Amino acid sequence: MGERLVELEVLRYHPETDKEPRFQRYSVPCREEWVVLDALNHIKEAIDPTLSYRWSCHMAVCGSCGMMINGEPKLACKAFVRNYEGVIRVEPLAHFPIERDLVTVIDDFMAKLKRVKPYLMPKEDKPLSAGEYRQTPAELNRFKQYSMCINCMLCYAACPEYGLIPKYIGPAAIALAHRYNEDSRDGGREQRQQEIAATEGVWECSFVGACSEVCPEHVDPAGAIQQVKIKSTVDWYTQHLMPWLKK
Amino acid sequence: MAEEVSRKPYVRAMTWRWIVRHPRYVRYMAREFSCLFIGGWTLLLVWGLQQLADGPAAWAAFLECLKSPASIVFHVLALGFAAYHSITWFNLTPKALPLQLGERFVPDAAIAGAHLGAWAALSLVILYLAGAF
Amino acid sequence: MAISNKPLVWGPFAAGGTLTAFLTPALILLTLLAALGHAPDLLAYERLHAFAGHWLAKLALAGVVFLSLWSAAHRLRITCYDLGVRADTVVATILYAGALAGTGASVLYLMRM
Repeated sequence: MGERLVELEVLRYHPETDKEPRFQRYSVPCREEWVVLDALNHIKEAIDPTLSYRWSCHMAVCGSCGMMINGEPKLACKAFVRNYEGVIRVEPLAHFPIERDLVTVIDDFMAKLKRVKPYLMPKEDKPLSAGEYRQTPAELNRFKQYSMCINCMLCYAACPEYGLIPKYIGPAAIALAHRYNEDSRDGGREQRQQEIAATEGVWECSFVGACSEVCPEHVDPAGAIQQVKIKSTVDWYTQHLMPWLKK
Repeated sequence: MAEEVSRKPYVRAMTWRWIVRHPRYVRYMAREFSCLFIGGWTLLLVWGLQQLADGPAAWAAFLECLKSPASIVFHVLALGFAAYHSITWFNLTPKALPLQLGERFVPDAAIAGAHLGAWAALSLVILYLAGAF
Repeated sequence: MAISNKPLVWGPFAAGGTLTAFLTPALILLTLLAALGHAPDLLAYERLHAFAGHWLAKLALAGVVFLSLWSAAHRLRITCYDLGVRADTVVATILYAGALAGTGASVLYLMRM
């Protein structure tokens, strides 16, 4: 199969020289099976070595190459050139500050992941000699899909509430907290509630559902968020209406 | 000594135009706007209760008001938006209330379908009891 | 980070959203039929007045009014924010107060019957 000349319009931004971002067009000879990441790599290798972008695995497991392709958050390694007609517009992931070209500042996201204490806090402290924590397939399935997140941040780019309210902790962070809360070995839900049941936690979500639509791993963060909302609401009313009940 | 590169992260402003940037946001806004019609119709209900309490003449006048073209247009729109609210609400229910049976989860379509079916059945019962048919 | 008190307003919103999803379209259809000149039997004054005279019906109607107005108010509050209105506390106060006022009014009218 041959090559097709594809026009890519890429948002450029070099802070040392540019006051604001601007588009630059490239004509890229693309092979039929290419993804947008291949086109970007060709640009960097053969046309314009000054183009900066993140990428790594090229197989949709590392979460590095998230960007806006024709206005939609996608992994560049999973966006097939043959599925696009006309000029392909490539921009950095929405709702994040632009560091340089297609590279965004992700410090906010990294900090939010840490805040939800994304590690097992066992219900019971077991010494190694006591053996493994046992878990049935049913118990595993309760949280498995939420463990599939590759931290690609497409959900943050899709979420309008995150765009409007930068303090919002966001879909991936909540899904991650939910993953541990639903793990039968874990006893840390109360600690994580301090973060995800706060105002900037689940309560900024208005169930747009865009996050789950764009997630490449089908984590369904929107579902996780609503489940946390319901549990938090039941907790709140129980605590306030029947404070004598022990948790 | 390495040269220090100056950082100047660029923040892209977010305007209200985000709602038309993709069909999914338009659909979301349509769903949210249903609140105007559901709330509006409920206010109509409150007004109706007042007229009902004021006696047969007031109630007859209320029923006459309902027959105005503006009222008919409002009702048609309200019915459409209320139905859209119902359909979207029930399709989202399985996400908020997943049901695990054994190792697997009950399929979303089953939960949503059950709710939609119950909605249809309940509506028919209400219409029948009210003497609509 | 402190645990939010949002559940106070979200609980009734979720309940109201569910209630209106099940009930409101059929109810709108009733008044639509009346608007088109084919008022269902229940909307005749004697029948409806008798219906609203029962304490259980009063309770149900007040509940429907409260939950419907509250969930609409909550959604409208979010929508205002989505459209760029930043004064959330002001908007929330006006809308929730409106919902409570509507509920109060309906209770007053129901008590007269």
